Amino acid sequence: MIDPAYSPQAASGIWVFLEQDGNVLAPVSLELLGKARELSRQSGAELTGLLAGHNLDELAGRAASLDLDRVVYVSHPLLERFTAEAYAHATAEVILQQRPDIFLLGATPYGRDLAGRLAVMLRTGLTADCTDLALDPESGLLLGEVSGFGGGILATIKCEQHRPQMATVRPGVFAEVQSQRDTAAPVEKVEADVPASACPVAVVSRRQHAGVDVSRAERLVIAGAGVRGDMGTVEALARALDAEIGATRVAVDEGWAGREQQIGQTGVIARPKLAVVCGASGATQFTVGIEQAGLVIALNQDPEASIFEQADLCVVDDLFPVVRALVAEFESHNGGAK
Amino acid sequence: MTGELHMLVCLKVVPKSEEVGVDRATNTLDRGNARSEINPPDMNALEAALALKDRYGGRVSLLSMGPPFVVPMLRVGLAMGADAAYLLSDRAFGGADTLATSLTLASAIRKIGDIDLVLCGEESSDGATAQVPPGIAAWLGIPQVTYAMDIELERGHILVTREIRGGEEVLDAPLPAVVSVKVSCNQPRFMDVEGMAGLDRDGTVTTWTAADLDVDVNHIGLAGSPTSVAGLREALQTVGRRREVVTGTPEQEAHILYERISEFVRSSSPRTQETST
Ligand SMILES: Cc1cc2nc3c(=O)[nH]c(=O)nc-3n(C[C@H](O)[C@H](O)[C@H](O)COP(=O)(O)OP(=O)(O)OC[C@H]3O[C@@H](n4cnc5c(N)ncnc54)[C@H](O)[C@@H]3O)c2cc1C
Ligand SMILES: Nc1ncnc2c1ncn2[C@@H]1O[C@H](COP(=O)(O)O)[C@@H](O)[C@H]1O
Repeated sequence: MIDPAYSPQAASGIWVFLEQDGNVLAPVSLELLGKARELSRQSGAELTGLLAGHNLDELAGRAASLDLDRVVYVSHPLLERFTAEAYAHATAEVILQQRPDIFLLGATPYGRDLAGRLAVMLRTGLTADCTDLALDPESGLLLGEVSGFGGGILATIKCEQHRPQMATVRPGVFAEVQSQRDTAAPVEKVEADVPASACPVAVVSRRQHAGVDVSRAERLVIAGAGVRGDMGTVEALARALDAEIGATRVAVDEGWAGREQQIGQTGVIARPKLAVVCGASGATQFTVGIEQAGLVIALNQDPEASIFEQADLCVVDDLFPVVRALVAEFESHNGGAK
Repeated sequence: MTGELHMLVCLKVVPKSEEVGVDRATNTLDRGNARSEINPPDMNALEAALALKDRYGGRVSLLSMGPPFVVPMLRVGLAMGADAAYLLSDRAFGGADTLATSLTLASAIRKIGDIDLVLCGEESSDGATAQVPPGIAAWLGIPQVTYAMDIELERGHILVTREIRGGEEVLDAPLPAVVSVKVSCNQPRFMDVEGMAGLDRDGTVTTWTAADLDVDVNHIGLAGSPTSVAGLREALQTVGRRREVVTGTPEQEAHILYERISEFVRSSSPRTQETST
């Protein structure tokens, strides 16, 4: 076994990486804080939020009012924009100094990038893309639940000797932390030492779509290959339901919806109260993305489609006339009510 | 970068997801008769490498860690246009988690030598997710770019368009570097007739065991893996779903749906109140 960077005996505390972008915390970090608080109550461990970036004093202040015990803010001009190399360098430095027992990150593109590199730099284990976290009642070890094979198999993973115990969690798995502190938690600002050689990669440009975050939508209309590019029909239903639009990978590949709208294993795990799935076959890589949904309605003309095994209401029919009639029904009721 | 461009594609062979189950008696994975395939996103990585070779010249090597039955699948990669293939196969590699897997692959990449660009798939379908490429980069001490949609080459640098949360960014990284490509960012080519002929040729796949790599046997495989499986079960995918069939004319079906979902819509708060952090 490779030597651990530090031993379990030398480790303490639960840390959450507070992913930020343009002075805003990523929702997944708030979700992680809620779960981490639950774990810290069980074990009595201190809960620390780790923020990395530059000129984030104000955000650090806001983070200090969240339900955590302490904020560590690593600052350096070269951390202004996320690059895996610079962020891994700076966070590894703090982690080796302060020796957390558990270090949690969101399984976002940035979070996964950082976690994968950091775990190797720290010579520790990483449980990636967890669908749940718990502490083993006997050993106190972190147990990360992961799914493999398109969601068909669930495994629980632990890391016994190496620290920190690292895990990433998909956005949408936990509910966001609600509680706030009355008085701000202490903020410890660390001036990181990041040599230029630690950041070989330059961010040339960035483009973010202001638009939808389907992982947070309350209601979703999801377009599959069966909509055959007729997004007008899907949009009409979404308007009637005041819903966001999600899509299967095939619909995204066809260009009918944006990448950020893709639901599933390589897209977003959504947890809407209502999901209307139009013309999707129900591949497990897709259905893992709607497992947490409240009511699932599936429209598919193929009675054998496996999407029906994952639905509460199953409409075996051509989706178009049904969706149009449903939109008409909503319109007729809204005519007087609004 | 000296001389011609040398790219290396990491291909993982995985059991077809839909054919794997859990053996309830032993609570271990039952790969039973599950057929194997190249991890689908890795075919996108291979295509990305071959497309770069078409544009800029150079050569493409393939690397896989897995059992001996992977050899024919590497031959398919050769038939598609790759120039060399390496298989890391040894019982000592078995049971590896991401730390041990990325170390093993990185050791082989060092041994092959002179590699400008390592290409991986974005994630493997059978468990560990998207962590091996950053791991390889960390072991080699070189830059990483994940979720690449498009790669351009420019005098010892790559310009990569990559996906981020809610958008994309363009990164400029010096070579050598590790890039993982987004599944479905391209259409993997079919192998041509000439390539098919190449399929019978043998001896083109170099197989290495742990002894061939400059790596401590305690750092690879199960022995070198800090994480372990504490439990295993089959996901109950149909929990809670009612699977109630709605029938009638489209209008009747729509009416039933309306009755069932109008409450979700009426009880909703106006959207302007939804998020404020
Ligand atoms: C590594 C990996 C990761 C993946 N990740 C994802 C992911 O994150 N998300 C994802 O969605 N997929 C993902 N996939 C792809 C996934 O396996 C499926 O290919 C995909 O989900 C299928 O999309 P679909 O259901 O829209 O299309 P199809 O499978 O083509 O299904 C279309 C359905 O529409 C029905 N239909 C057609 N016309 C009509 C009509 N007029 N009325 C009603 N029904 C109609 C058909 O009966 C059919 O069932 C992944 C695959 C791999 C290998
Ligand atoms: N055993 C392996 N052999 C070759 N490549 C691998 C192996 N494991 C992972 N990879 C590469 O790393 C990528 C991401 O894998 P993972 O981190 O397991 O999701 C895969 O798409 C492959 O390109």
